[in-house]
Amino acid sequence: MHALFAYGFLQRAFLAGVFVAVACAVLGVFLVLRKDAMIGHGLSHIAFAGVALGLFLNVLPLAAALAVSVAAALAMVKLKDRAGLHGDTAIGIFSSLGLAVGILLASLARGFNVELMSYLFGDVLAIEPLEVWLSVGLAAAVLGAVRLNYGKLLFMTFDRESARAAGIKVGRLDALLMVLTAVTVVLGMKVAGILLVAALVVIPAAAGLQAAASFRTAIAASALVAVVAVAGGLAASLALNIPASAAIVALCFLAFVLLFLLKKGRSGPQAGA
Amino acid sequence: MSLVALRNVSFSYDGAPVLVDVDLAIEEGDFLAIIGPNGSGKTTLVKIILGLLRPTAGRVEIFGCAPAQFAARDKIGYVPQKATHIDAYFPASVAEVVGMALLAGGRRARLPGREARQRVREALEIVGLAEFAKAAIGRLSGGQQQRVFIARALVTRPRILFLDEPTTGVDAETQTAFYDLLGRLNRSRNLTIVLVTHDIGVVNRHVNRVACVNQRLVYHGDHEGFCRSDAFREMIGHGNHLVSHEH
Repeated sequence: MHALFAYGFLQRAFLAGVFVAVACAVLGVFLVLRKDAMIGHGLSHIAFAGVALGLFLNVLPLAAALAVSVAAALAMVKLKDRAGLHGDTAIGIFSSLGLAVGILLASLARGFNVELMSYLFGDVLAIEPLEVWLSVGLAAAVLGAVRLNYGKLLFMTFDRESARAAGIKVGRLDALLMVLTAVTVVLGMKVAGILLVAALVVIPAAAGLQAAASFRTAIAASALVAVVAVAGGLAASLALNIPASAAIVALCFLAFVLLFLLKKGRSGPQAGA
Repeated sequence: MSLVALRNVSFSYDGAPVLVDVDLAIEEGDFLAIIGPNGSGKTTLVKIILGLLRPTAGRVEIFGCAPAQFAARDKIGYVPQKATHIDAYFPASVAEVVGMALLAGGRRARLPGREARQRVREALEIVGLAEFAKAAIGRLSGGQQQRVFIARALVTRPRILFLDEPTTGVDAETQTAFYDLLGRLNRSRNLTIVLVTHDIGVVNRHVNRVACVNQRLVYHGDHEGFCRSDAFREMIGHGNHLVSHEH
């Protein structure tokens, strides 16, 4: 393992993978508890439209995906508020639209090429140095924003009405959470691919939640699952010649099952409130 | 100056009137029960005072400010309706739940870690749950959870505490202990308490002021006057719960 890390491409993959997966996991804990777990799925489909737009206009696909996903995330928050839609309806509308626009643009840009495929299925071992620094920088900024707003996000997630009464601007915080998620999902495309990035948001968080008696433990456990899955997934990918994205997600699921069984064995079924 | 003042406040939802022309003042030291039948606008009234709903007409002041401009939110404690209907699987310790209220302000307004922990401990001691600080909130009984929410409302050392039907789904014995705790907080700490309830029994035990709401404010005054009022007889007529007077 130590010798493997002498390879530059592996160092880059590990660095980008860990930062992005930890950001996904941390945001995932808030999203899962808000019952917004599918937002990652919806935003990844929108990011597909962004990538296709980037390829069509010949601009950096990651930048185009960032712009489109952040705009769509804010539009979803507004639509949910104004149209009185449930969260998953807005996600359903935007994810289908994202996919449709992506397919249209890809066909206009003369079909699905290798680059588009690398975004669909992820190709973290082929990540470029520029993409690594962009991923690390933005993921660190996302984690910093969560750290700054940690107390407010926790209060709002636990008890929205009391948080409002305590003076927290929950609408602004919703928008912030959605924008951070959009940025993180776009970064996750290179690690896990558009088709699997939602798993990085949901599964480490769901696994961490199995282990936790406090919110801080839930966040730490989810982040740890993400780090172990990225390290193990990259190693498995090289050793067994399998796709890294699928290996990472499979390891996340394995961690979820292990922590679930551990919790079940330790405490038995939990009583309701 | 009254802590809370409402003048000619009305509220309608989709054109249907919920509150009509309500005038109400809440003074320092009051233990006020807001009572009325189901759907009479009690919860709406509290939400308007807190700024969670905007009245369709009239003026509201809390500590002399309009609710939307009122920034010193640490002066208010709030325990919403169904506070105890929380997600049993939410991974928060009791100390984390209580401490949430201290994290609501901007970073500059925040207490240093040691002082915040001290405040949380103090609030949990008041409600008799200090030894549960590290327990997961979902593991506590309904009555204990309710005391945790009171602790969260007290942790900022508020001057006024709002509670909306806080004992729904809690057994009678726990309810009695809970209202005794509120009575002590009101008397020993001069904490102003506003309690929304449809249980007239509570009114008889601890409160000193009563506001009876049924779209309009049909009675506002002291407890003895309420017991002699038409509003009281009407409430009894609606089958609301009554227990004996225990002053």
